[in-house]
Amino acid sequence: MLEDLYQELILDHNQHPHHYGELPGYTHTAHGHNPLCGDELDLYLVIENNHIKDIRFIGEGCAISKASASIMTDELVGKTLEEATEIFEDFHSLLTEEGSQGLKLQKAGVFSGVREFPIRVKCATLAWHTFSEAKSSCICTAAV
Amino acid sequence: MDIRSQFPILNQQVHGKRLVYLDSAATALKPISVVEAERAYELEYCANIHRGVHYLSEKATLAYEQVRTQAQKFLNARSEREIIFTPGTTAGINLVAYSYGRKFLKSGDEIWISSLEHHSNIVPWQILCQEIGCVLKVIPLGHSGELEFCKNSKLLAFTYASNALGIFNPVEDWIKQAKAHNMTVLIDAAQAAPHIKLDVQALDCDFLVFSGHKIYGPTGTGILYGKEALLNSMPPYQTGGDMIEQVTFEKTTYAKLPAKFEAGTPNISGVIGLGAAIDFLGGLPAIASAKAGEVSSAKQRLLEVPGIRLFGDTENKLPIFSFLLGNIHPHDISSIIDQEGVAVRAGHLCTQPLLKLLGVPALVRASLGAYNTSEDIDALVSALFKVKQVFRC
Repeated sequence: MLEDLYQELILDHNQHPHHYGELPGYTHTAHGHNPLCGDELDLYLVIENNHIKDIRFIGEGCAISKASASIMTDELVGKTLEEATEIFEDFHSLLTEEGSQGLKLQKAGVFSGVREFPIRVKCATLAWHTFSEAKSSCICTAAV
Repeated sequence: MDIRSQFPILNQQVHGKRLVYLDSAATALKPISVVEAERAYELEYCANIHRGVHYLSEKATLAYEQVRTQAQKFLNARSEREIIFTPGTTAGINLVAYSYGRKFLKSGDEIWISSLEHHSNIVPWQILCQEIGCVLKVIPLGHSGELEFCKNSKLLAFTYASNALGIFNPVEDWIKQAKAHNMTVLIDAAQAAPHIKLDVQALDCDFLVFSGHKIYGPTGTGILYGKEALLNSMPPYQTGGDMIEQVTFEKTTYAKLPAKFEAGTPNISGVIGLGAAIDFLGGLPAIASAKAGEVSSAKQRLLEVPGIRLFGDTENKLPIFSFLLGNIHPHDISSIIDQEGVAVRAGHLCTQPLLKLLGVPALVRASLGAYNTSEDIDALVSALFKVKQVFRC
């Protein structure tokens, strides 16, 4: 159902994304791109002692991809990398596997409606895949 | 004739709503006659062409070659030898880039394109430039008047009309200027072919390419028109069967036009379907004046949606309407109106450099075909109101 896709929370995050902007002193970063629709996203992380201390993103994209990035930052900030990986996997199965509950998710469960719109799954997962890439990017060993 | 009844695909519901197909600039739907022509070949006289000396092969060869005559008349080419069947516009441009480009262009030569180009008329030239050191020059968006050609300007390759915006390039004027500099001219007529009467002799272009599937024909078909002398002077592009005259292990001589550029067994059923598509197009009610009214009234209807921003906003254009709505992303718009049965294209429209010039990352594009009615535009407009409702704006 369309209403399941464009829920209030998603529209809110689209309009007022959390953790939006550049992140001075970031330790990890990655650029995400969905060539099908042209969505672009830059993700910045400060990872210290295995913890995601801070996270921000900048991007152009549809409501689903932008809200998903925003809600992801809420989910991941303060988590250890192991916790973050578990959350990522939970989110991914929520979108792709029938019957998946997304029990580890605080807010990201709101995206369960995307499963009914297969072509939009890529929009909802863009930020998450970018996170996956960023955490292993390891670009700056010398922390600022 | 009733056009819609020839497109049974339209008699279906999508998400419980009447299908409203507004994506003909991506591919046009196919009338029964096209599908029947392909079907008849496959089921009744399937055989390879230009080689068998049996009944079916002769019949298939005749049907295939008759389409070449149709295409020659469709474009007003001087000869059937100037009609090369290709898999589509992209393949046609690549053929010219490889065969003409690598033979006649050299380091420092300029290849000119317009700002409206589809990626298919950008990338082959970029690769050619990288390989042999040509320079790719881009005519600025909205340019009118004198072009800055010089003695190194050798090729002008541009689209007749924009697939993203529907607007025209100044075709006749640019060809005239290019000819004054002895340049070779290629016209991408992919979008123009379904809407505009094309006359390659009047245009005096050297090459013209278009795709069958945008004129209601099968995918995987297309035409490359080239002036005979030029095609004769060019080396083959793909090589193998059907394009040869004589082969020994030491040496091969090539077939004459058009076979020289049609290596291998072609898309026989597709070409036969293309012939039916050319017939269908010829049977449509006379176009130009009806089209002008169609563009103007569709535009007026779209402007009734508060917050809509039309791009390529002129009335002298193809029935292609690209727009944004408030700050809602085109993909969201497309998803929501799809639920209302309305099919449009959303995204970069294979024209990323143009969208960059326009300062937008993506657009929604509604494009009309022969089967669209004013009810279809009404359906689009009310679907856009639904989008505004979902986004509470």
